[in-house]
Amino acid sequence: MLTKVKPETASRAEMKTVPMSMIQALRSAMDVMMERDDNVVVFGQDVGYFGGVFRVTEGLQAKYGKSRCFDAPISEGGIVGAAVGMGAYGLRPVVEIQFADYFYPASDQIVSEAARLRYRSAGDFTAPMTIRMPCGGGIYGGQTHSQSPEALFTHVCGIRTVMPSNPYDAKGLLIASIENDDPVIFLEPKRLYNGPFDGHHDRPVVPWSKHELGNVPEGYYQVPLESAAVFRPGKDLTVITYGTMVWVSECAARETGLDAEIIDLRSLWPLDLDTIVNSVKKTGRCVVVHEATRTSGFGAELVSLVQENCFYHLEAPIERVAGWDTPYPHAQEWAYFPGPERVGAAMKRVMEG
Amino acid sequence: MTQHQALRLHVPEPSGRPGCATDFSYLHVSPAGAVRRPETDTTAADTNDLAYGLIRVLDEQGQAVGPWVPDLDAMRLRKGLRAMMKTRIFDGRMLIAQRQKKLSFYMQSLGEEAIGTAHSFALEPGDMCFPTYRQQSLLLARDDIPMWEMMCQLMSNERDPMRGRQLPVMYSYKRAGFFSISGNLATQYIQAVGWGMASAIKGDTKIASAWIGDGATAEADFHTALTFAHVYRAPVILNVVNNQWAISTFQAIAGGEQTTFAARGVGCGIASLRVDGNDFLAVYAASRWAAERARGNLGPTLIEWVTYRGGPHSTSDDPSKYRPADDWQRFPLGDPIARLKQHLIAIGEWSEAQHEQAQKELEAEVAAAQKEAESYGTLLDGHIPSPAAMFEDVYKDMPEHLRRQRQELGV
Repeated sequence: MLTKVKPETASRAEMKTVPMSMIQALRSAMDVMMERDDNVVVFGQDVGYFGGVFRVTEGLQAKYGKSRCFDAPISEGGIVGAAVGMGAYGLRPVVEIQFADYFYPASDQIVSEAARLRYRSAGDFTAPMTIRMPCGGGIYGGQTHSQSPEALFTHVCGIRTVMPSNPYDAKGLLIASIENDDPVIFLEPKRLYNGPFDGHHDRPVVPWSKHELGNVPEGYYQVPLESAAVFRPGKDLTVITYGTMVWVSECAARETGLDAEIIDLRSLWPLDLDTIVNSVKKTGRCVVVHEATRTSGFGAELVSLVQENCFYHLEAPIERVAGWDTPYPHAQEWAYFPGPERVGAAMKRVMEG
Repeated sequence: MTQHQALRLHVPEPSGRPGCATDFSYLHVSPAGAVRRPETDTTAADTNDLAYGLIRVLDEQGQAVGPWVPDLDAMRLRKGLRAMMKTRIFDGRMLIAQRQKKLSFYMQSLGEEAIGTAHSFALEPGDMCFPTYRQQSLLLARDDIPMWEMMCQLMSNERDPMRGRQLPVMYSYKRAGFFSISGNLATQYIQAVGWGMASAIKGDTKIASAWIGDGATAEADFHTALTFAHVYRAPVILNVVNNQWAISTFQAIAGGEQTTFAARGVGCGIASLRVDGNDFLAVYAASRWAAERARGNLGPTLIEWVTYRGGPHSTSDDPSKYRPADDWQRFPLGDPIARLKQHLIAIGEWSEAQHEQAQKELEAEVAAAQKEAESYGTLLDGHIPSPAAMFEDVYKDMPEHLRRQRQELGV
């Protein structure tokens, strides 16, 4: 398990690491970047004095001052709109939308403004920014604290959509996002903040401090964007997934005994197509897994890409496992969540096909 | 049981419609010189009367009167007059070019020329305007933006600085402090506040100037911008150009009935002024006042410029369907060019002959610019930017999927 094949991991052994939760890793990424670049500013609801409702920005205001890390009014459109202006000035804002479920008032500023400023002005103005937002369910958050809206972003040309699955990637991807000159939507699976949740909600989660991927270098490093990870190499079938579902899929592979190759996309769009195509051509079988609702979900795009690029290598129809096409329910959360059983059943079906 | 009367929905109506002259008494026009000028370090609450009054400098005889008379010498005034005339001539020629299909679409600023021109004079190099599509006078008032280049944008030709991606009029001139125009209304208002906040974060001295029309103040971004500007005391001028009409809807549909747009600012804790937007001197004086506040860390100022949209909303609009044909001629604040001309003549710094001469020179200048622009192509003759340009600048570096799509198109 956990064999990372991407080049950026090669130097990992050489860097001094400390155990970090995903929260600490994200905070460390912002700390490192605020230290390195005066133009990096952090703001959002509750992120200043208090340090964010998930504590991700804790201590940054005390360390860098109120003009580099500050509280914002409850206005997602205002937060992103102000960030566009700051980006146009020359700053690199990192803003927090308290929950991904709350980004909708900022849609116009993301879709029509941040994403298109470079294009429409032919590069005269740009708006580099990172928009962080906790996403996904599994915390009894109901329909307003559980959504996974990634497909609404991957459909928009001009922005990048990123979702890490562990502290090491979270820090490296956040640094890469802040340094990137395109606007980046940085989705943080909140169920993974404290440990690798495998979908068994009735069992305690092992904290990141006891996990290899919770060993995070203290200093600067990047996990490059547009680069997927082969999270678990395997021969029987390919699972294409990201975020929390990486761990659920890994659990399903373990429980079914199938030798699944699990691809953690990390960057959803633009993505690393080669890693997907190479894997599916090798295994000939493919399951696409995400927590978001099924219809017109990002899985639909992934299935199309596999079909377009690997059709003659496929031994079975591609399977999709996703959230049901309902709002995220509260009490029925675990009937909604595509846990290891549903993923495992799809893996078995694809092996029979 | 208590008897209640049936409730009625109020849908505001303008006082005039085609065939029925507008009653402009709703404007509440103060006489020139009547509104006081507080010190720039005043409070928002202290500007309450200014938000309901109307700051004016030029009286009916063309004399500059009252506390808002600005320090502008005759040379600058003549420059302003020429810039406004140039804007109007530019608009006129581009309207004809649009009818000739040399450009797909155009938006003129007829009647609103004083606002951008005088405001531009009140700003300093490095300041950044976040305009709407009717502030071409901000650019045309400057000496450093060639008209032929603006026309290349309008004609979407091979020298179009926007590479054919934007509708005509959606200019972007960072070097002239003119932010890329979106077309999605109001978005630029909060962006201007963000830009000003950034300037303050960096300890810079530059200020931002945000622009919006009366209609778009109904958008959330307007209110958000006021909140952010107030909260962070952002160095920004918040301009509301109230030209009475948002396409076919009268300003009362945007919420201007029995109140003013300037009054919105006072409620948000922002010093606010309501100003005669057709009075070049008043526009300059109020803009300077606001700029001084912004530059002195005294925070934002909201200015409602009262004016009138003299022409159609765009070349796709026909205002004879919804407002009286002679509305602009009857507008109580008059024509900004005629008023500044009258003032310059009244103070002995201009004449009818000079005016005629300037008109001829400017017409020739604009015609020459158009000739040069057309030599690089028009939308009509097909000399447009390459389709390959379509795939560039979506991201800083072209991702693989766009490379493949460009290959598929064969460009």
